[in-house]
Amino acid sequence: MSEKKTRRIWDVPDDENFYYGHTACQGCGGALAMRLALKALGTDVAVTIPACCWTIIAGGFPGHALKVPVFHTAFETAAIVAAGIKGGLEVTGRKSTISLAWAGDGGTFDIGLQALSGAAERGEDIIYAVYDNEAYMNTGIQRSSATPPGAWTTTTPAKRPNPRPKKNLMEIMAAHKVPYAATATPAYPEDLIRKFRKAKEMAGQGLRFIHILAPCPPGWKMASDYSVHSARLAVESRVFPLYEIEDGGRKYTINYWPKGIPIEEYLKIQGRFRHLFKPGGEKWLEAFKEFVEENWNQLVEKHKLTHGTTDNIPRGYYK
Amino acid sequence: MSFKKVTTGNHAVSYAVWSSRVQIISAYPITPQTQIVELLSEIVAEGKLQAKFITVESEHSAMAACIGASATGARAFTATSAQGLALMHEMLHWAAGARLPIVMANVNRAMAPPWSVWTDQNDSLSQLTTGWMQIYNESNQEVYDSVIIGYKVAEQVHLPLMTVLDAFILSHTSEPVEIHTQEEVDEYLPPYDPGEYYTIKTEDPRGYGLLTMPSDYYEFRYKVQRAHERAIEVFKKEFKNFEEVFGRKHWFFEEFMMDDADYVIVTSGSLSSDVKYAVAKLRKEKGLKVGVLKMRVVRPYPFEEVRKVLGDRKKIAVIDRNIGFGYHGVFYEELKSALYPLEKRPPVFGYIIGIGGRDVTPADIEDIIDDMLKRDEMTEIIWKGVRL
Repeated sequence: MSEKKTRRIWDVPDDENFYYGHTACQGCGGALAMRLALKALGTDVAVTIPACCWTIIAGGFPGHALKVPVFHTAFETAAIVAAGIKGGLEVTGRKSTISLAWAGDGGTFDIGLQALSGAAERGEDIIYAVYDNEAYMNTGIQRSSATPPGAWTTTTPAKRPNPRPKKNLMEIMAAHKVPYAATATPAYPEDLIRKFRKAKEMAGQGLRFIHILAPCPPGWKMASDYSVHSARLAVESRVFPLYEIEDGGRKYTINYWPKGIPIEEYLKIQGRFRHLFKPGGEKWLEAFKEFVEENWNQLVEKHKLTHGTTDNIPRGYYK
Repeated sequence: MSFKKVTTGNHAVSYAVWSSRVQIISAYPITPQTQIVELLSEIVAEGKLQAKFITVESEHSAMAACIGASATGARAFTATSAQGLALMHEMLHWAAGARLPIVMANVNRAMAPPWSVWTDQNDSLSQLTTGWMQIYNESNQEVYDSVIIGYKVAEQVHLPLMTVLDAFILSHTSEPVEIHTQEEVDEYLPPYDPGEYYTIKTEDPRGYGLLTMPSDYYEFRYKVQRAHERAIEVFKKEFKNFEEVFGRKHWFFEEFMMDDADYVIVTSGSLSSDVKYAVAKLRKEKGLKVGVLKMRVVRPYPFEEVRKVLGDRKKIAVIDRNIGFGYHGVFYEELKSALYPLEKRPPVFGYIIGIGGRDVTPADIEDIIDDMLKRDEMTEIIWKGVRL
């Protein structure tokens, strides 16, 4: 017991680069993620934030709740403005500064995908992190292409919930042969911090992509103290596996073997899936399960292709 | 020593950008701009210019890359045309609002549909309210000079600047251009120093462009307008400095045969040459007291200067190679507005011509002058040479 506790303290730096005075909702997964990411990256970081919840969270004029500079930009430009900032820092003699694009799922999966694709393909020397709360939460919970199947949003009401599977952005990034792509959630802070550290160490190798599942209590219709809990359930039920893709899309590594708890445990705590458990909701529940199952099985196969076995996947490591 | 080089308008831009020691170039290909950045990419690849060249996937991203780079204090450049400029529109507002002194060359090309690659001014004039300064050019020499003056002014008032050249007539046509040595340009244009303006620095972490309430937003806009007003004075100073270093005179507009002119043709861009030719001919053949005012800087608009030279003329004709749909030609509408405060002001007639690269000849200009002489009452716009 004491050994584990020691390791945890050692892995999560005490530095706080995210101050009080921010305007995130209670239990905001995106705020937790930024706090942890900056613990990993330190303060020699220039952050680019497009239109997203973080436009608000960082604080309104003249407030600024981060210990790093933030350039706010238009919705679809996070990746390219971060690349422009990186270029500017380089030509003005500040090569060591990390350029971090920090965007929501709308600004990444949808409107920002073109600029992200361009930056990824060209190998821009930036870290791109998406804090994915699975809908347009800042404008009041509208469907994005990151919304999971069957989910309620204000544009996919319970009578006609989101009909399509969530876009697999990790695969899209892998197809761009980025040097590093990883998933993370604030429910596994050491894992998230390790991944940001790794992305930082890979400076100069191209675009490093980190996909963070960021629970959103108001948007997911759950209590604010369920934020970390729900992210943990998402991992344990295989809805959101923790894994990394390295070596230009060739090497897949599952970081943690989930317990495989029933998916219902994850869904039932969220109001956005309530209709799945009412009459007529079975087909959406099935669709969701099928989506999770398929993703997981493919991922396990890819891990096997890389490592020849699944025995090397840590089980219970994070408990 | 400077030297004369026979070069196209596009390459004149590239040479000026090279001499301006631009640090970040980001662009996306579009006819007829592409040669500007092709030559620049060669110059950068050969190591002649210490710059980073970002080959983006859209014009929107080209402007966004310049914005990011400029926000760190680097000197940034891009070039575009027509659809590309329209795609950039959102980021044009961003560049101006963030007070970033980016310089861009826009090659005037008609907007689709229907598709056209030939010149007219609707693309750049659609961007007049974005906060960008705009300079129009008649010759490749003016194009070259405008880039260098552009950085000098932009970096003092912290506003972006667009220099505008006509598709093909300037962009792809070779003329002798006096190209200056690096030393000469360095003497005029020092490295970019953001001064009191904040740039991205990790040792001084600030938020840029963050959410601003109505209690403060208004003042941000006011300051952009004030910067434009200040730019008038900075332009005056820099035109003078430019003349001292390079020996060429620039002003908000060029006056041609204006001293005793009763009638004035207001024009812009490359068709000014046809206008000058026609005016000189009419003076010689008919003794008609007619002159030309060629507009160059239209943002900021030089109200005082324009009123001073045009106020006491008998008649003015404005030639627009653009159409502000549902209204008038843009230069026409702006000139009328500028003259309005005068107690006694001449009638102004607005002619539309040459849209989509339709050829404009000195004979067309003579027709326009004839038409103007016959008219007494001001009217809505007059279309020249429409074939139906």
